[in-house]
Amino acid sequence: MMKIEAIIQPSRFESVKDALLEIGIEGMTVTEVRGHGRQKGHTEVYRGREYTVDLLPKIKLEVVLPDSLVDRALETILKTAKTGKIGDGKIFLFRVEDAVRIRNEERGESAL
Amino acid sequence: MKRLGFACCLLVTMLLASVPLLALQASSPLPTSSVTPTDVPRVANEKLNQLDQKVAAAQSSADNAWMLVCAALVLMMTGPGLALFYGGLVRHKNVLAIMMQSFALMALITVLWALVGYSLAFGGSGSFIGNFEHAFLRGVGVNPNPDYAATIPQTTFMIYQLMFAVITPALITGATAERMKFSGTVLFMTLWFLIVYAPMAHMVWGKGGLLNASLGGRFPTLDFAGGTVVHITSGVSALVCALYIGKRTGYPKQPMPPHSLVLSFIGACLLWVGWFGFNAGSALASNGLASSAFVATHFGAAAAALSWSLAEWLKNGRASALGAISGAVAGLVAITPAAGFVGPMPALVIGFVAGIFCYLMVTKFKAIFGYDDSLDAFGVHGAGGTIGALLTGVFAQALYNPIFGEGKPVGGLDGRWGQVGYQLVGIAFAWVFALVGTLVILKIVDQLTGIRVSEEHEMEGLDISQHGEEAYNLES
Repeated sequence: MMKIEAIIQPSRFESVKDALLEIGIEGMTVTEVRGHGRQKGHTEVYRGREYTVDLLPKIKLEVVLPDSLVDRALETILKTAKTGKIGDGKIFLFRVEDAVRIRNEERGESAL
Repeated sequence: MKRLGFACCLLVTMLLASVPLLALQASSPLPTSSVTPTDVPRVANEKLNQLDQKVAAAQSSADNAWMLVCAALVLMMTGPGLALFYGGLVRHKNVLAIMMQSFALMALITVLWALVGYSLAFGGSGSFIGNFEHAFLRGVGVNPNPDYAATIPQTTFMIYQLMFAVITPALITGATAERMKFSGTVLFMTLWFLIVYAPMAHMVWGKGGLLNASLGGRFPTLDFAGGTVVHITSGVSALVCALYIGKRTGYPKQPMPPHSLVLSFIGACLLWVGWFGFNAGSALASNGLASSAFVATHFGAAAAALSWSLAEWLKNGRASALGAISGAVAGLVAITPAAGFVGPMPALVIGFVAGIFCYLMVTKFKAIFGYDDSLDAFGVHGAGGTIGALLTGVFAQALYNPIFGEGKPVGGLDGRWGQVGYQLVGIAFAWVFALVGTLVILKIVDQLTGIRVSEEHEMEGLDISQHGEEAYNLES
């Protein structure tokens, strides 16, 4: 089991979500986050005082998948989240020890 | 024959005079059956007297309706106008605290005014302060007070003036935002109202007041709606408070942008609309002067919004929403002393100048001296009030308000440039009075309740530390 953590542009989120649903991936956790890599932020001015805002809003998408689906999911996310510009985001992969369904305490891949 | 002709003329005149008064309630009709030709002059006089009274009653009725609405408008300026304007400018952990300060004043000042405040401001005929003749509002009823507003019940005049007394101290809370104790605020405001506001109001607007232009003060300062009484006193006091209480922890390095300019925007618009009650209502009647002040007020706000925005556009390449609304407020402050003395074109000029002046005060001046007047109470009200009071001396004209008597010149445009000198006296007086009074009060309050919250409470936020509440429980 692997966890895919994808930090993407908020404007691409709907497309990524729909594309994942199309390939049969339904479970996901979505968080609104702030951050930056190499992308510069912007400056705001309030009554003459300048503030540099360098943490930009992004969406963090987390999906836990059986190994067999990981490559397809990765490909789908890359295709739909990419705009080609700086600020597109990053994807991280983690190995998952185990998973448990709370409702009926099923374990392993069948819990996904 | 002559008497009959005379009687005919009278009857025709009475008929014509009664046409515009058809809307009035009818009083007891003239007993026509018992009128003989010899009765006509007496009966006609009685009728004319009755008509005179009805005309006066109609005017009074219009004045009273207008003034009651104005009182409501001015209260709205504090709550929610100022509360929202300031509320949006602070960080979200402090929004309830700043709103609570305004709201508490709505309650506190009202009670103080009722008990003793009105009397101290408008009682008696002293040069510096009133007396206790109207303590507990004794003698304040439906009969007008001929010295102040001869066509409305004194109760209306009292309640209208109360709303000014409410908003003035509320303005000061902008300078000490995000770090002042609530207990200290309540004590400070009580003392400030009694020691600074009431005497200042008496001196400028009270009978016998040293600076009263319309009731023969020694140094007649033209202040139509409170440029000196409200804005200079509160603005200067704000500066003193900001210096005394010290900067917010982390200021100026840590960014502290407004948490909701949406709230500030709504507040600013409510202030603009409410200001018609503040300025136009200071005519104390529904008449041409009220119209003139209404227009001047509106034009001042508009011109200042444009000039502040223009200044920003030139400096930063963009006009901001905060700049536009701040500009409008600055213009409204500056036009406050001038509203009932100047024409529409000068109002545009005053607004335009105020927008630029206050923009510079809030950006350049504040940055140079480094004080933390958090919400620019001094930069907008103190500075705006000062420039407005000065320009009032320049642009006042008898054409709009012959305050020194029919045909007598008023300000610079009438050739009476000496009035600018008197304005300077009033301004200087307000500055010194507010400065000294506030310093004394701060020392007293610091001893009794303390002024500033602990650093821990400041970090936590005043909403939690002072009031045990969170403004936004969005997860619930």
